[in-house]
Amino acid sequence: MMDDLYREMILEHYKNPIHKGELEEINHSFEDENPLCGDFIHMDLEVDENGIITNAVFSGHGCAISQASADILLEDIIGKKVEEVQHFDSQYVIDLLGIELGPVRLKCALLPLKVMKAALYGIEKEEE
Amino acid sequence: MFDVSTIRDDFPIFNRKIHGNKRLVYLDSAASSQKPQQVLDAMDRLYTHDYANIHRGIHELAEEATAQFEDARNRIADFIGVQDSTEIVFTRNTTESINLVAHAWGRKYLNPGDHILLTEMEHHSNLVPWYMLAQEKGLTIDFIPITADGLLNMDQFNILLNKQPKLVSFTHVSNVLGTINPVAEITALSHQAGAVVLVDGAQSVPHLPVDIEHLGVDFYAFSAHKMCGPTGIGILYGKRVLLEGMNPFLGGGDMIKKVTFEDFSVNEIPYKFEAGTSAIAEAIGFGAAVDYLNAIGMQAIHDHEKEVTKYAYEQLATIPGLQMMGPAADQRGGVISFELDDIHPHDIAQILDAQGIAVRAGHHCAMPLHQRLKVQASTRVSFYLYNTSEDVDDLVKGIYKVKEIFGRGDV
Repeated sequence: MMDDLYREMILEHYKNPIHKGELEEINHSFEDENPLCGDFIHMDLEVDENGIITNAVFSGHGCAISQASADILLEDIIGKKVEEVQHFDSQYVIDLLGIELGPVRLKCALLPLKVMKAALYGIEKEEE
Repeated sequence: MFDVSTIRDDFPIFNRKIHGNKRLVYLDSAASSQKPQQVLDAMDRLYTHDYANIHRGIHELAEEATAQFEDARNRIADFIGVQDSTEIVFTRNTTESINLVAHAWGRKYLNPGDHILLTEMEHHSNLVPWYMLAQEKGLTIDFIPITADGLLNMDQFNILLNKQPKLVSFTHVSNVLGTINPVAEITALSHQAGAVVLVDGAQSVPHLPVDIEHLGVDFYAFSAHKMCGPTGIGILYGKRVLLEGMNPFLGGGDMIKKVTFEDFSVNEIPYKFEAGTSAIAEAIGFGAAVDYLNAIGMQAIHDHEKEVTKYAYEQLATIPGLQMMGPAADQRGGVISFELDDIHPHDIAQILDAQGIAVRAGHHCAMPLHQRLKVQASTRVSFYLYNTSEDVDDLVKGIYKVKEIFGRGDV
């Protein structure tokens, strides 16, 4: 279980995130937290006139799962159309991470999805 | 003679393995303790042999179940040094006990502008009921601050008493820092200032000898499930004169003397606060838990925990990047919360779990305390009568494994 959860890919994204930072030119931005565990994610997204996500970065702090999930999700959505990303659900993120998660850790893994959707569409509550 | 291996044999859960083949290292007793066979048997015996509803039935089973239920109350009273068992109210847990006081005493006796005094180290269960009451009644809440080493600041406490609080409500043992507070001293000073005193005993009654009448408190709350008993049953101790003056809590059966189409009259204490069918088997299981702990001896349990905690404190202190919160080993109960490098407690707990080690991660229902200490979240280990130095050794190995996975292993 541990070997799955903390496999190299997750730890690599946690330790050396590719998309961590802040953008100057942003048109979509949101932040949220899981108050129970203290995970915090802020996201800045740049969408061009064709509805394509051209750049996306996050900042925040929290457990390895929440932070790696943010980096992996942003890696996936850059270059995609906003309409396409709209259909992303919990299962999509779980598949991206490629790990099995209990209900408590699922909240950590899904916080970035919740923040991304809120940033793009103003949906604050993602169904779990 | 305290023999841990004999004690562990009483707890069937230690026969199971975790994640396939790992030995269970249970370091989360401050959240809830494991249960000895004796407690399970007592509840089983009731359900298989003596079960019926209590207090009303005129038949043999009802009488036997009632006798066992009331006998459990008497034994729990004895266990905490209370002579008059009508001062012992069965509730669901510590949280409900505190809520009962907030509703039945607080709503009746507190008025707009009144002060109440809590501390910075309280569990949410001794904060939120008072926040709710304060909003409703317009009360002011003050907090006794903690010192840098996690003790209550008694100088500040004395100053805050000048505001003449109507209530001083505080925890006996902190569930995060492990601090053992000077209950008798705080109670005496509070009484001199005219305040009523409530103590949250959730982390003390399971772990050390508690003599409530000696402490002098007005109300004292604790739960069975942290002391080898079942969930769903707890105690509110209250001084007779206070309980008798209070409003009832929940309305329903058992708490009434008489009901007409127009009105009702309230039963005697403690039944006045025990509306509806009680958790009968759980109360009897609670009685069995008290018998179990008594047979071993609370002082012996406390001494054993002190020894294991001291050993853990010394071992954890040798781990680079590990910061323990709270007072020195000789001033705390069997609880150690810590931070490790910049690794999130959820990650620590998850990796320890994979090695069979159960700990708690987060803020342990004490968010304001973590805020005060400027700690996002912490990892907590807690010890009980069944823990050993081997458990501590496994914990230390587990923590090094966490450091290795997170690349903090090159120490």
